[in-house]
Amino acid sequence: MSAALVELSDVGFRYPGPAPARRFGLSGLSFSIGAGEILGVIGPNSAGKTTLIRLLTRVLDPTDGRVLVEGVALSEWPRWRLAQRIAVVPQELPPAMPFTVEELVLMGRYPHAPRRFFETSADRAVARESMEATGVLPLAAQPLGALSGGERQRAVLARALAQRPRLLVLDEPTAHLDLRYQAECVGLLRRLNRDEGLTIVLVSHDLNLAAEVSDRLLLLAGGRAVRVGAPAEVLDEALLASVYGCAVVVDENVATGRPVVHVVYPEPLPKGGGNTEVRS
Amino acid sequence: MTAEARLARVLIALGLGLTAVVAAALFVGSAGLTPGAVIEVLAGRATADSTERVVVLSLRLPRIAVAAIAGGALAVAGVGFQALTRNPLAEPSVIGVSSGAAFGVVVAQLTGGGAGLGDTFRLVAFGLAGALVAGITVYLVATTQAGFPVPTLLLSGVIVGVFFSAAITVITSLVDINRLGGIIHWLLGNIGPVAPASLLVFAVLAAIGVLLILLRARELNVLALGEESAVQLGVDAERLKRQIFFGAALLTAAVVAFTGPIGFVGLIVPHVLRMLLGSDNRFLVPAAFVGGAIFLLGADTLARNIVAPAELSVGVITSFCGAPFFVYLLRTRYRGGLP
Repeated sequence: MSAALVELSDVGFRYPGPAPARRFGLSGLSFSIGAGEILGVIGPNSAGKTTLIRLLTRVLDPTDGRVLVEGVALSEWPRWRLAQRIAVVPQELPPAMPFTVEELVLMGRYPHAPRRFFETSADRAVARESMEATGVLPLAAQPLGALSGGERQRAVLARALAQRPRLLVLDEPTAHLDLRYQAECVGLLRRLNRDEGLTIVLVSHDLNLAAEVSDRLLLLAGGRAVRVGAPAEVLDEALLASVYGCAVVVDENVATGRPVVHVVYPEPLPKGGGNTEVRS
Repeated sequence: MTAEARLARVLIALGLGLTAVVAAALFVGSAGLTPGAVIEVLAGRATADSTERVVVLSLRLPRIAVAAIAGGALAVAGVGFQALTRNPLAEPSVIGVSSGAAFGVVVAQLTGGGAGLGDTFRLVAFGLAGALVAGITVYLVATTQAGFPVPTLLLSGVIVGVFFSAAITVITSLVDINRLGGIIHWLLGNIGPVAPASLLVFAVLAAIGVLLILLRARELNVLALGEESAVQLGVDAERLKRQIFFGAALLTAAVVAFTGPIGFVGLIVPHVLRMLLGSDNRFLVPAAFVGGAIFLLGADTLARNIVAPAELSVGVITSFCGAPFFVYLLRTRYRGGLP
């Protein structure tokens, strides 16, 4: 791993409002993301994963600690310059997006010339390359509303790539993809990481995807970093069972040697009540 | 074709349409002028105090200018409110902003009496204050974690509109009945000739409002991704929202001050143009200005000829067009609801 692209030092964030809002916050978070690294962020619901994305992209400012990007405090980055470095692929687009795929992807060029009214031919070339890389070039003129969930997701990924970022943050990137496109998406991310040195933060509930793709995993729970390390160190049966509150079995993917997590599903409650018996 | 060339073609096509409607508005009217007489006046060959000259230069031309500016301003305000709320049914009259502006203008009319430029500015300032209060109220009432859902936006718009209409009724009930005639006529939405200096003020205010929105059209496209994604793409979303809201409120207030509240222009024109051009605000905003001018000038020409020598209020014509259009949109395109 090379020099840190992003560093978080004792970062905390508290949402204002009553307790239900505050439980999504973060506290005492310290870790770094190396240039060229793929970091998987995992954890149960309300662990603080979305808050972490918002802090990394300056949607929220930390209430404690500091975040550095390329050694400069996040608060000193103009938003548009930060968007040249960090791109986000959200889980999904708003349902009523009245634009074509090409119009969406061209929005990724905004941070490179925010004062320009229309994009240049160079911008269009970058958009075209991004659409080609994600396989949506044939859909360029299609309205987003006419696409399947997987096609929309790839269009959003193309928009993020059109930003030409150094760090790509993906929030559940394969949530709407079938197996084929999941495999293609993973292949694309690996290629971008290997060939172009793109740093990737992959936020996912899919532990096996994260384990397969990531150099390191960050396990969040209750707004704190429970463990950071290689997938085999983080995906520990006892640790996962205590964090997720369910029994799991971890074995090894024979093809890649990476850990694979299996959930041990509880038996249904017997008729008339009784305790749930967890079998492994 | 480059985007610039496409925009130029769109504006030339709409410009030709506007030219045709301007010509119709110039040549048709209850005065019964022949086309030759109108051309004589335009060529400067009519005598200084002739009826033809007065009708063409002092009545029809200023009225055409007012209708064109008002229509363009209302259509752009509609595009602005729709992009801001990410809700295609948002329109100054639908979301109560027109009523707020009307309340402000009524207060200004009844508390002042001048007819000069100072009074014009006062009317617009009061109208703007009313529009801002109404808009902020609707914003606070309608906003949810999911944005501006259609039902809450429409309901809060109706509530705010009803409130300000009731407030106007209260005020007008308290004043001398002899002062009410003009106000009631104005409240129906009427276009009339305006003195050159006031017309210049109207044009400048409309230009400011349109520019405030047009210059941020690219960012408005990005805002459609949602505020969080827009921020992640480098947009200062809060500043953008304030500027668009102020621009759209200024346009609404200026139109209401000069013509009274005219409904649905900001709904019909942007929708038709979206069907033809797509949703890119960089095309939509300038096209809406010219398209709105065509629509309202056409409606006004109809209003002053359909029952000639009497006149209908142009607001009646736009409402007759807009109400069924609104129902059509609700029953077809947005039946399933929007976020």
